[in-house]
Amino acid sequence: MSAPVKHADGTAGLAEAVAAATGESVFNCYQCGKCTAGCPLAEEMDLAPNQVLRLLQLGQPGMDEEVLGSLSIWLCLTCEQCSTRCPQEVDIPKITDWLRQESQRRGVANKKAKAILAFHKSFLDTIRRGGRLHEVGLITTFKLRTWRLFQDVLVAPKLLARGKLSILPHRIEGHAGVKRIFERCEAEPANPAHKGDQA
Amino acid sequence: MRFGFFPGCSQEGSSREYQESLREVASRLGIELAEIPDWNCCGATAAHTLNHRLALALPARTLALAEQAGLDEVVVPCSACYNRLAGTRHELLHDEALRQQITDIIEMNWHGATRILNVLEWLNRVAGELPGHVSAPFGHRVACYYGCYLTRPKALAACRRIEDPIEMDELVRAVGAEPIRWAYKVECCGAGLSVSRTESVARLSERIVSDAVERGAEAIVVACPMCHTNLDLRRDAILAAAPPGGRSRLASIPVLYISQVIGLAMGVSPRPLGLHRHHVPVRLSAAPPSVAPVAPGEGEE
Repeated sequence: MSAPVKHADGTAGLAEAVAAATGESVFNCYQCGKCTAGCPLAEEMDLAPNQVLRLLQLGQPGMDEEVLGSLSIWLCLTCEQCSTRCPQEVDIPKITDWLRQESQRRGVANKKAKAILAFHKSFLDTIRRGGRLHEVGLITTFKLRTWRLFQDVLVAPKLLARGKLSILPHRIEGHAGVKRIFERCEAEPANPAHKGDQA
Repeated sequence: MRFGFFPGCSQEGSSREYQESLREVASRLGIELAEIPDWNCCGATAAHTLNHRLALALPARTLALAEQAGLDEVVVPCSACYNRLAGTRHELLHDEALRQQITDIIEMNWHGATRILNVLEWLNRVAGELPGHVSAPFGHRVACYYGCYLTRPKALAACRRIEDPIEMDELVRAVGAEPIRWAYKVECCGAGLSVSRTESVARLSERIVSDAVERGAEAIVVACPMCHTNLDLRRDAILAAAPPGGRSRLASIPVLYISQVIGLAMGVSPRPLGLHRHHVPVRLSAAPPSVAPVAPGEGEE
């Protein structure tokens, strides 16, 4: 990667941390806006994909924090449309995944992303327990996390009637091994290259 | 012929008809699908969103099990599982240090011997066997919907053309259907936000269903359980997101898995293909086929 990873004045910030963890330089972006034009959820975002990159490029006081606290990074569907069309081949979904994890580590995740995060955490909870997804367990945990107790109450009976829901979870034989995988992966920061770079 | 098989979690539950129809088609073609012993969840969106290392370690365990079982190629019908398994394989094969770290975490050896095939790649591989099995050509106009992970990212893409793929179109044409030209082949349905942000998913999926209907499709054909869930099970939410005038036209278009379309064309009855499990009923008129079946590759583009 020949593009620079630091700001013009030599200061390090989130842009440099992104490069160290993902190998992606935000300075490759020349702000053509193609990512935003193709992003299916851009209109619901507080920062459009190219604006996220712009704030990281500028790196002025408060900008890194604005990115990490944005709703946008949680709305990204990882549909890969932006990175596929980017003339500079900036892997925005890869950067976004790292920004989400950094946002979590710093405890600054956008409050409007609460349901999205609750869903992902509930999903992983069921995998941690049995090795495979248990949909009933996922939805129950999600409802308890979000208090959305009545969501999809009309959908569930239809699924049940069509034989699509298993009430009891399936536990794989290697579930203890899967649990150990979780413990190891969660024991240290997900991107060890980044320890101690936080301001 | 024998292929390894990774069903994925949703095909044991909410999308079980995808697995049922795939197995039905495979057995009629004389193909054995050997399930990876004790496979686990790929981690899906949740893992790559929250923990990069976990997003690699979970698929890596399954890849290592497939290798242990001596499977050279594994068919992964779900596009999202395919993305995670093939993506992990790609990432670990290109980063020796990372591979070491991940194999330490899973306490298993892995050399990258097993290749991952998505469903279109696999079906096109066996499509040569199809013509002799088509007894009831699927004579309907269909919109082939590819979604995200069959064409993206480029490094894993199973389709030659990223913006306008034709692999599924060729398959449906081979069993007598007429694939339409339309604009939403590779647009995202909203995928993993189906539960946490249903309104966003409904808004995106509404555009997909509307375009298919406006261009005269009688059915939408998919190759991914998440696409199916969002376009079929979320249809009521899609209707609520549609402009009031056009709702009734959007209500009835069914969404079929590619394996169900092929199964029907092979003369399999609807039940073993799991058609009764759909939210939007599959009521396609038994009209005489409008197009003659064409062998794959012979159809005009």
